[in-house]
Amino acid sequence: MPAKHRSAPRPSRRPADRTRPTVAGMERRRFLGYLIAAPTLAVGVKLTADSVLEANALPSPAPEVSEVYDLSDLLLDSTRATANLITVVVNEDGTVSFSIPRAESGQGITTTAAVLIAEEMGIDVSDVNVTLADARPELLFNQQTQGSASVISIYTPVRVAAALARGQLVEAAATILGDEAENLRTTGGRVLSTAGSSVPFAELATAAANSVTREAITELKPVDDFTVIGTDTRRDDVRAAVTGSKKYTMDLDVPDALPTMIARPPTIKGTVESVNNLDQVRTMPGVTDVVEISTDAEPGRGTTSSAVAVRARTFGQCIDAVNALDITWGGGNVDDESDETILEQLRAADAPANLPSPTPLDEVGGVVPLATDALGAVGPVEALEQEFVFYWRSNAAMEPNVAIADVRDGEAEVWTPSQIPIVTQSQLAQVLGMTPAQVTVHVPRGGGAFGRRLFSDAALDAARVSQEIGKPVRLMWHRADECRAGRVHPMCISRVKATYSPGLGEVVSFEQRQTSVATDYTESFGDMITSQAAKLPFANELTLSQTVFLLTASVPYDLGAIVFGYNEIFDFDRFATGSVRNLNNQDFRPAQELMVDQLAERLGKDPMDFRINRVEDERAKAVLEAVRDEGDWGRDLPEGVAQGVVVHNEYKGSVAVLAEVDTRPATAEREIRGATTGPRVRKVTVAVDVGLAINPLGLKAQMEGGVMTGISHVFTGSLHLRDGNFLEGSWDDYRYTRHWNAPPEIDVIVMPPSGDRPGGAGELAVGAATAAVACAYARAVGEMPTSFPIGHTKDVPFEVKKFVPPLPPSPTDGLTAYPTPSAAGPAFNPAS
Amino acid sequence: MPPRTFKVNGRPVTVDIEDDVRLLWVLRDVLGITGPKYGCGINVCKACTSHINGRAFNPCSVPVSAIQPTDEVTTIEGLPDTVGADLHPMQEAWIDRDVPQCGYCQPGQIMAAVDLVKKVEADGGSITDDDIDEIRNMCACGTYSRIREAIKQGAENM
Repeated sequence: MPAKHRSAPRPSRRPADRTRPTVAGMERRRFLGYLIAAPTLAVGVKLTADSVLEANALPSPAPEVSEVYDLSDLLLDSTRATANLITVVVNEDGTVSFSIPRAESGQGITTTAAVLIAEEMGIDVSDVNVTLADARPELLFNQQTQGSASVISIYTPVRVAAALARGQLVEAAATILGDEAENLRTTGGRVLSTAGSSVPFAELATAAANSVTREAITELKPVDDFTVIGTDTRRDDVRAAVTGSKKYTMDLDVPDALPTMIARPPTIKGTVESVNNLDQVRTMPGVTDVVEISTDAEPGRGTTSSAVAVRARTFGQCIDAVNALDITWGGGNVDDESDETILEQLRAADAPANLPSPTPLDEVGGVVPLATDALGAVGPVEALEQEFVFYWRSNAAMEPNVAIADVRDGEAEVWTPSQIPIVTQSQLAQVLGMTPAQVTVHVPRGGGAFGRRLFSDAALDAARVSQEIGKPVRLMWHRADECRAGRVHPMCISRVKATYSPGLGEVVSFEQRQTSVATDYTESFGDMITSQAAKLPFANELTLSQTVFLLTASVPYDLGAIVFGYNEIFDFDRFATGSVRNLNNQDFRPAQELMVDQLAERLGKDPMDFRINRVEDERAKAVLEAVRDEGDWGRDLPEGVAQGVVVHNEYKGSVAVLAEVDTRPATAEREIRGATTGPRVRKVTVAVDVGLAINPLGLKAQMEGGVMTGISHVFTGSLHLRDGNFLEGSWDDYRYTRHWNAPPEIDVIVMPPSGDRPGGAGELAVGAATAAVACAYARAVGEMPTSFPIGHTKDVPFEVKKFVPPLPPSPTDGLTAYPTPSAAGPAFNPAS
Repeated sequence: MPPRTFKVNGRPVTVDIEDDVRLLWVLRDVLGITGPKYGCGINVCKACTSHINGRAFNPCSVPVSAIQPTDEVTTIEGLPDTVGADLHPMQEAWIDRDVPQCGYCQPGQIMAAVDLVKKVEADGGSITDDDIDEIRNMCACGTYSRIREAIKQGAENM
């Protein structure tokens, strides 16, 4: 295991189950699942809340697995119920299979599920095969991968299924081993008797099979007995990933699904007026088809757009043909908009900072009126007020938007790494004029997601082309499309006004109001009912955004009277927006924490002490203390180098980040051609408490990734809006964290379990890391930055790629220009 | 456009394709060798990094006509064969450190790392943080810190 990644020692006893404390002699919680009629052992559970799975009302005479034998009644119920089960199957070779209704895009949920099953069943993690389920509309809204919610939602159901399966294997083994079931144990894929004899799962898979489907009840392994959960487990696909054998969507062998790319308009959500050389382009080398399609990503509502698709033998020939198209383009959706005009509109829509605010926002945001009496008792107060601007950020992953579609003979088969396949299926049915039953959506593993794959743009593109030409297509967005037509985290401003009492040495009030370009949550948030409600023409999408904001925004400190507000400009789809590995907290928290540092300074307090003394949550306090001690808070640093620290609670977890930023000229002005150099984050210490960490190795990976995104948000990564489109056209322009920005030292401490359940991790570190790096930078330079990323307004450090033709041509000097591309300009120091 | 013959991963291949098609698409779309990934098509993200005659290059930016009959192209799939093992030491290190998240950029990262270590060692040095800082391969999951550890570990075993 990596030497630099440490786990805090595991305590001998874990906290007891909060819901129903385990007391010696008392029953443990029992859960309901189903034994499924199948050739080998198969069990299922509903993917639902623990309380629904609990079988408290039913009698439970046996210690491990109890069954209810009223078959005539139960069979009816069971068949009805099994339609929406997730199932664990024991195969004839003794391995275990589980098809998870979630996306795997690098966050490690398949490995997590394998760990849960391995723990409960007594089988090696490597013998558990977790695959991704096709779109399953019968699961209703329970097939979305977002909001760092996957681990939280599968934790109990998957273990219940595995426990049921184990119980069945043990019962079948009891006969063979001539021992009582309660004396048997399972380990390494075998059932062992007290006498030392054993039988492998492979020999039990058929014997333990069920001929009828029926309900069954089981208990779960006590937390104290865990031996796999909480230990480091490598990714289930790590070997495939490093040998090139991992298959992403574009690597799948689907016959005749030829490469397809799209010529997109020069401004956001533009439309095709005419294609002037269709016949000529159709005869270009390798080209099989050229068609105009709708690229409306929100079918049935909102703004429409269109483009021209090219199908060819290779993607290279697609690129050439796309660029050869002579298209007369109609206007786009935001042709008159640039960063400056958006900023003006955001400021105009900002809720007044004075309390009480007259805007209706406060009905949602919640005014906490500052009673004059209370203020009187405080005595004279001083105020701090600041506006922070956060520019557009791209949520593009390394794997572009992709989909394979075969729409022929009244059926559609689509492969796409969707985070929300049921919605993808439903939208495909809508645009293809089919029923959902005619549309199959397979979910290959994705090359990153970060919120982009909560939208079905590529699947819709591919299906439309395939239906139009009657052939299968393998559709991929060009990187330029990813920048210019992809989803963005919307530009926003966050205004903070705080008052403090120098006399008392306390903060009196803290008000933070965020105003953003509308974020499109309509596909992704809440359940399908919420989503449908959001699509109603009279629905106020702002309400949805405010709800999301209020569900995620928080202040972890006691800062007196705290007030939030949120407002948006534009319709939900004026821009194509979404989340970027996190929702609001990547803007909300940095603005807040920078002001917390200002308050600490005004009150003469150390930033660490100030926070530790004001956190209201014990876990938050513990992670702060952990980074303080492990990260050597307050150590002597040269001028121009400084530390920043924050704590953040989200997704049922708590994380503290201590970052050290070096702004000295020798560092900031280092020359790497084409790079954004500038200030360097030298060292990061993270302490994370997610309650119960299932796989600390994977949890640390998520923290490390969140830190890299935070660094990008502070210094380098943004899109510049100018005259209706973004200037960035590829990864050289959009400056996400690179090796030259990555901290040479990063240390993640996984706290001892503070609970008996896991919290989410995928997004947890992003807001905290962004804030910690911003605070460290502010302290290093002695001036608080108020515009992010800090280089955004300094310069456009690249030659803007053409909008017409839409795709940058591939260079031809790749044999001589390695590693630095010949077009790379000088390094850009965003702090200069 | 005469058929082009060269070696990929130790095996001779012949392709019949227009001269200006970049090698990345010949590998992926014609030959079905999908280890090298598309990330930008303009030699800036490095996801397609492979080796030609033992040195790193980016096939997204090389027309197939520039590949000579004597050229040997190695993709991630062929890397273990270059050391006559099931896995190259750099791949072993990547597994040991559990580097990948989504994994999409990792074939290119590994091919770039192997080339960098060879280059540094050919110059008589050993790999440093400053060397690693200049690797241009993009990773959007943010696996850089584990890559840094894995390169140092892999270099020791190369």
